[in-house]
Amino acid sequence: MPSATLRPETQYATLAQQGEVAQLGMWVFLATETLFFGALIFTYYLYRLSYPEAIAEAAKDAVLWCGSVNIGLLLTSSLTMVLAINAAAQGRRSAATGWLLMTIGLGLCFLGVKGYEYVADYSDHVVPAVNFALKPGESPVSELFWVYYFVATGLHAIHVTTGLGLLIYILWRLRRGRISAAYYAPIEVVGLYWSFVDTVWIFLYPTIYLAGRT
Amino acid sequence: MAMIAAEVEPTYLDNEHTIASWLLTKDHKRIAMMFLVSITVFFFIGGFAATLIRLHLATPEGLLQPSLYNRMFTMHGVIMVWFFLIPSIPTTLGNFLVPMMIGAHDLAFPRINLASWYVFNLSGLVLLYALIMGGVDTGWTFYTPYSTVYSNGYVFAAALAVFVNGFSSIMTALNFVVTIHRLRAPGMTWARLPLFIWGIYAVSVVMLLATPVLAMDTMLLGVERFIGVGMFDPRRGGDPILWQHMFWFYSHPAVYIMILPGMGLVSELIACYARRPIFGYAGMTIAMMAIAILSFFVWAHHMFVAGISVYSAIVFSLTTFFVAVPSAIKVFNWTVSLHKGAIIFDAPMLYALGFVLLFTIGGVTGLMLATLGVDVATHATYFVVAHFHYIMVGATVSAFFGGVHFWWPKMTGRLYPEMWARFAAILTFIGFNVTFFPQFILGNLGMPRRYYTYPPEWQSWNLLSSAGASILAVAYLLPLFYLGWSLVYGKRAGPNPWRATGLEWLTPSPPPKDNFERTPVVTVGPYAYDPETDQYVTQDGVSHA
Repeated sequence: MPSATLRPETQYATLAQQGEVAQLGMWVFLATETLFFGALIFTYYLYRLSYPEAIAEAAKDAVLWCGSVNIGLLLTSSLTMVLAINAAAQGRRSAATGWLLMTIGLGLCFLGVKGYEYVADYSDHVVPAVNFALKPGESPVSELFWVYYFVATGLHAIHVTTGLGLLIYILWRLRRGRISAAYYAPIEVVGLYWSFVDTVWIFLYPTIYLAGRT
Repeated sequence: MAMIAAEVEPTYLDNEHTIASWLLTKDHKRIAMMFLVSITVFFFIGGFAATLIRLHLATPEGLLQPSLYNRMFTMHGVIMVWFFLIPSIPTTLGNFLVPMMIGAHDLAFPRINLASWYVFNLSGLVLLYALIMGGVDTGWTFYTPYSTVYSNGYVFAAALAVFVNGFSSIMTALNFVVTIHRLRAPGMTWARLPLFIWGIYAVSVVMLLATPVLAMDTMLLGVERFIGVGMFDPRRGGDPILWQHMFWFYSHPAVYIMILPGMGLVSELIACYARRPIFGYAGMTIAMMAIAILSFFVWAHHMFVAGISVYSAIVFSLTTFFVAVPSAIKVFNWTVSLHKGAIIFDAPMLYALGFVLLFTIGGVTGLMLATLGVDVATHATYFVVAHFHYIMVGATVSAFFGGVHFWWPKMTGRLYPEMWARFAAILTFIGFNVTFFPQFILGNLGMPRRYYTYPPEWQSWNLLSSAGASILAVAYLLPLFYLGWSLVYGKRAGPNPWRATGLEWLTPSPPPKDNFERTPVVTVGPYAYDPETDQYVTQDGVSHA
């Protein structure tokens, strides 16, 4: 009887309250995350407005197909994530396991594509301070774009990696029977985080890969 | 003896005795005490730097080399802002009292609470590393491009410390917001929350929304410092002023992070020692939330002379004036709350009254600085230094000390020696004014901040300020001794020595590990004191004579 071992912690009256509190905690955390990424994207817009042509020129060197494939992968992974939550809520443990594994797989594919893209960027001499060369006709401003690119995508990749760690932890809990139809808040909380990571890419993708391309 | 002890429920202090039971505790009360130790250490390190600064400025010739002087005021600022003032009231008294005041058994996320303490100390170690290796000379504001290109101090390590410190703030604030929303005892409606809880709630919202912006700002600074290319780099079209915008987007709200918990805390003290309900409870809560919201729309008033357009300067000047409205509401309400009260001048009340007076002086000079023409003349002079010390040190530290005295019996089970405490409270008030009031005059005379020397004709005011600082140092050191003494020799406090109304006073002092044997049920508002009959009603609805 796996669910018999689950008891709320001392500060909660019921498991339901514990789950609800955990969700609110994640929402509040995502509010701070929004301001964190928001500040970065804000600085980018500022420079984009100041130097529209120079940054559009620099952004053309970003590998479009990598970013596009990745948004497909992440959006799909959000679907498999909610399907996992749904299955867990209905107590279908093996289905939930399957959907979680697919989510983890899609996340790993995302990181793989991202890694490939970084290698491509390196050979394209667009890594500031490490391997950077201005192309003919480019202004020094383009280096600012690449700083933004690496900070933003790097932070996002850290968040994806954290999300994968959480997903693996949830998978372990699920297999141990510590997530059940009676108490599935942990998987919902991780699902919220995963959707946020997905949403960040929805903002990064057009700012980096699409704006200014004709 | 052992048999008697077995019958009484052990307190949170003596239910376990191993070191691990402290270092791995999930009890919010123990974590609060651990934070109290950590921030006390940083308070005295920061105070040591302040002492050196005032010693140096006692004469125009000075004591320190210019470069060392720069490092001292930077160290003083960074430590006092991030490692003392911002965490001071929330992490100690807030941690201890939030669950107890709302009738909860712990914070919502005890492990995150413990993690917050570890992250705080980790960031402190990083900062101490930066200081020991040679320090930072940029001032606590890290203005670019000096900090990114020219400074040869340990800017990266210091910025990293501030970055990591932010996680601690966020974890604590997140815990408070969720706890206050979801773990209130039955009957503890929003309109019955003690004002201290409202203060903590307001400050947590500000911390959650402002800290990530500073985190991003310091991260971009770190990137630029580390790899030599970055967002603030003017050689590549970057804008150094952007640093200031993002910095003050956090650091102006940070001033309100320091003052808001103090405002809530002082309301508790004034109600209890005037034996009267707080006048205009609803107005007080609205004022605190208004200050929290307005704090996000005033940041550029730090930048009136930084080259922002005159139109944005006018707008930010106007929004800054708006802050005066809720602030004045609070001061008026505290004053009216005293009217026809049966005032008891115990030490916490003396600190509270000191808070109101110093906050008023700090606030009114803030209005002077919000005025564009005045600010252009007084920008970066000692007038500004005096102004923000009145708010951040005069007011906040007074509130903190008042709160520590008020809840000391609850935290430790012992009473502090009242006469010594009153003496320290009065000495704090005198020492503070002697230190900082001359700085208003110096600023008005035109003495710029952060300069390591000054013309000889300004020496008398500087000497007076330094003399005041030595009084202040004694006043801040005194509690360390008599509070420490009271831990062993203080009289047993009993559950409610001040005859106060909050739920925390329903528990034994010190409280047991889970706070309440049974979750209390709240039936009345927080300040049911009656000055005429001297009766009071605790929040569980029980009337006491």
